[in-house]
Amino acid sequence: MANLIIPTPLRKFTGGAATFNADTPTVAGLLQALAEAHPGLQPHLYDADGALRHFIRVYVGDEDIEALDGVATALAPNTEVSIIPAIAGGTSDPS
Amino acid sequence: MNDVLTFEFEPWKVVEAEALRAFPNECCGFLFGQMTEQGRHFTEAMPVENAQTGDQRRRFAIDQRDYLRAERHALASGTTLLGIYHSHPRHPAVPSIHDLRVALPFFSYLIASTYPGRVERVRSWQLNEAGRFFEEPLHIPSHG
Repeated sequence: MANLIIPTPLRKFTGGAATFNADTPTVAGLLQALAEAHPGLQPHLYDADGALRHFIRVYVGDEDIEALDGVATALAPNTEVSIIPAIAGGTSDPS
Repeated sequence: MNDVLTFEFEPWKVVEAEALRAFPNECCGFLFGQMTEQGRHFTEAMPVENAQTGDQRRRFAIDQRDYLRAERHALASGTTLLGIYHSHPRHPAVPSIHDLRVALPFFSYLIASTYPGRVERVRSWQLNEAGRFFEEPLHIPSHG
């Protein structure tokens, strides 16, 4: 059973739940199970082509799945998975 | 959508101190607390390194691993990650187009307008359903 941490900005789509658990072998399966359980999340996770949105990162433990096998990354039991949004900004003037 | 923001003195002090320390660069960090019937009550600030490569005087970025650490900290401490703070050196405490471009719903975006030796003003903003920022009423804590 993998344990997924939902970032706070997306918890309005999970009824306030901070975590989601599912017994799936890969990251892709876990995210799919999450989106099926909470359909409002779908457009915030995936773009029109069904790929993960570019400003979303997914970590398995302390590793970015891009450094592993992407959404095909295998999940061992009790693995912690995190959805991480990009955080950035700045003032109006160009640098 | 008209949450009132209240602060413990300590996190407020951290935001001001970090804005001054980082000047003329932008500082950034996380804000934790609780949702209450009246709004949001901030109990802790977690400064993180500005991960922006290049000119940090007008841009900030937060490393993904710092975000991971912040969400883990919130779960472990029974708090909620409620917002992000950053400073605008020599600029008003108003969100820029760069702030809007990557803003997320729900978060309070606290901005500290900072000049040499002084934090001129701190304001907080949140994204509405239409994807525009609205200002959140902010109660500045008295010195504790």
